[in-house]
Amino acid sequence: MAQKPDAAELKEYTEAADAWFKENTVRDPGFMLPLTFMEVSTDEQFDFLREWQRKVYEAGYLGASWPKEYGGGGLHTDFQRAATRAMKKYDAPIMLNAIGNGWAGPLILDLGSEEQKQKYIKGMLNAEDIWCQGFSEPEHGSDLGNAQLKAVKDGDEYVLNGSKIWTSLGDRAKYMILLARTDFEAENKYKGLSFFLNPMKIDGISTSRIKKLTGEYGFVQTFFTDARISADCLFGGEGNGWSMAMKTLEYERGAKVKPVGGYFVKELDVMQIVELAKNSMRNGKPLLDDPVMRDKMTQYMIDIQALNLNNTRRRMPQLMQDKPMGLPLMNKLARTELIRELTEFSLGFQGTKAGYYVGDENAVDDGYWHRSYLNSFSATIGGGTSEIQRNIVAEHALGLPKTR
Amino acid sequence: MNNLGDIGTTEEQIELMDVATNFCRDKSPIEKVRALMEDDLGYDPDVWREIGELGWLAIAIPEAHDGVGLSMAEVVPIAEQMGRNLLSTPFGSTTMAAQALLAGGSEAQQAAWLPKIAAGTAATLALREDHGDWDLGHVASSGKETADGIALSGKKQLVRWADSAELIIVSIELDGNVRFAMIERSAFPDGALRREAIIDETARSFELTLDGVTVAADALFDGNRTRETIEKIELAAGLIHAAEMTGGSQAVIDYTLEYLKTRKQFDKIIGSYQALKHPTVDNYVEYEKARTHLYSAAHSWGEQGRGEVAVRMAAAQAHSSYSRAADRSIQFHGGFGFTHDCDAQLHRRKAIFDGALIGDAAYQRSKLAGLLFD
Repeated sequence: MAQKPDAAELKEYTEAADAWFKENTVRDPGFMLPLTFMEVSTDEQFDFLREWQRKVYEAGYLGASWPKEYGGGGLHTDFQRAATRAMKKYDAPIMLNAIGNGWAGPLILDLGSEEQKQKYIKGMLNAEDIWCQGFSEPEHGSDLGNAQLKAVKDGDEYVLNGSKIWTSLGDRAKYMILLARTDFEAENKYKGLSFFLNPMKIDGISTSRIKKLTGEYGFVQTFFTDARISADCLFGGEGNGWSMAMKTLEYERGAKVKPVGGYFVKELDVMQIVELAKNSMRNGKPLLDDPVMRDKMTQYMIDIQALNLNNTRRRMPQLMQDKPMGLPLMNKLARTELIRELTEFSLGFQGTKAGYYVGDENAVDDGYWHRSYLNSFSATIGGGTSEIQRNIVAEHALGLPKTR
Repeated sequence: MNNLGDIGTTEEQIELMDVATNFCRDKSPIEKVRALMEDDLGYDPDVWREIGELGWLAIAIPEAHDGVGLSMAEVVPIAEQMGRNLLSTPFGSTTMAAQALLAGGSEAQQAAWLPKIAAGTAATLALREDHGDWDLGHVASSGKETADGIALSGKKQLVRWADSAELIIVSIELDGNVRFAMIERSAFPDGALRREAIIDETARSFELTLDGVTVAADALFDGNRTRETIEKIELAAGLIHAAEMTGGSQAVIDYTLEYLKTRKQFDKIIGSYQALKHPTVDNYVEYEKARTHLYSAAHSWGEQGRGEVAVRMAAAQAHSSYSRAADRSIQFHGGFGFTHDCDAQLHRRKAIFDGALIGDAAYQRSKLAGLLFD
């Protein structure tokens, strides 16, 4: 573990990061930037974000606390946190390679072989190798343990058949973390699963784009037809797929953190909403004069402040003794539901203008709020729906019996 | 948003949390809470004496007045555990009275009373009136200067633990200004206190008749510090009650979980039904938010601006999460939930009472809106 910085070192680093993001952040590239890594639709968006990630990495502000021998900066996580704060401060674009840097990377660093770390980590950080995730299937959305994609061993290879869905960046990725069934006779559905670091640019794998409720593209359905991959792609041992997938989800849902830097989903800035409310009219007066709206707005401020401080409190074991898994497990549920409610609430501010959408010159903030609201479902559904999250919190933090 | 606080803890807070957790659990089992509900005094004098001996009343009193010299931040874990175990004593009202004295009392007044309070003497505040307004600046009781001193008139309501308090701090209107006066309980005639029937059966509260009582001019707080005294009382009350309500939320959620894990209906443990499970998780999430705000408020205590935002957020969140968790707990207990034997109702009643004392969640939000948006 890298050494904890002293105050002077950290201050120097923070100032340098601030200066760098101040100078290098492009706020308006001339086209609409995605709010999350799940909405990268066009080539120009993809190319821009890939270049942005490379640039941030080369400046040393991405993967700063990952091990040096695999391409990271080898610094204490406090440095990375400072860099990420600088990105937020200057409203920097999102990091493109979320699955690679956010979930697959930490997993490989935790459990991968030396060879795997050498092979994969650096390409993730510099965005040379884009990663996607093959967990969900068309027929088994939330029932991840029931995945049916077949991986049959044939000599030194596995032969893959089946389909994955909601594959963000699936048409552009070089690798996929893949959950597949290697044993259909296993004693239960979980034990028959295996986990692969699967190459995407091979024969037998094809994708088709899915148009989303926002009108954008960004994820695909992926089809596997007698696709052959090397047996070396197996990760964590045959039959251990469920456990690998669950470890991955701990990162995805924010229960565990190995901060790579940056953010994959743009957080709402509550002050933007306050500004919107101040500039909106209700009965001939500023909306913030309306007592009902003030009350709701205040509750949202309370909610947002609580979630932000929860993140700090999570690192304070003295305040986490009672139900130590509570805060980590509730994080995704609470945050994503709040964003959904808050963006929906913001539509009501716009009066008649709430009728417009992206693309119309009369739309408030170019339709940002509508798009944000529609987009918010990607987070309340993706990575396990809010309903599944409630079951997880109930069962693992509160000790309630499983729902069958 | 730069007015929003951070979260942190002190070593003393953590130590006190450990001690208070054990003490309150041991001294306040639910059978004892229920027995004390029938008791005239409403608390165990031995426990009160022990609280004094532990030095808990001295925590936020400066060392110059025989206190420990810490702050309200360190009172928080104690009040939290008291709320969690429904351990009722004059602790909260005495602590608030001490804070009022610190904010508005003269050096002589502080020297006369703070050491006594630090050593375990109960005190209380008499601020509420028949108009029901939470605004502490809205005072109808009055004082009139006479040759003998200041003659008081009016009635104060919801004066907590007044029968045990040796000192009562009263707000009055004098020459058009709000003033605070310190009165020893022994100065009131027999019959000045009437025990009120309050919704929280674990607490005691009284209506206090001021008519016919005259106090000396040196019983008044500094007239130039009325505004800051009011602010300090509101913040101290907000913080202590946020702590009690947060502890209460934790207790009522745990009480509910216990039931959901053992009760069977239709051959299944009812906690496996999502209709019960999901709202319980939602209530739990709200409780954790309250606890985060509570320790943020403790951490920001004393910071200009940020302190008030943090305390009001904590009070608002604690009141709404406590109310809701207790409300749902009654419902989830089914028929038993409708009985007086179900502990959930004790918490539901306490949440109503605490909101009545300091202002409920909506009131706290209305104050916050001004701080955040205007």
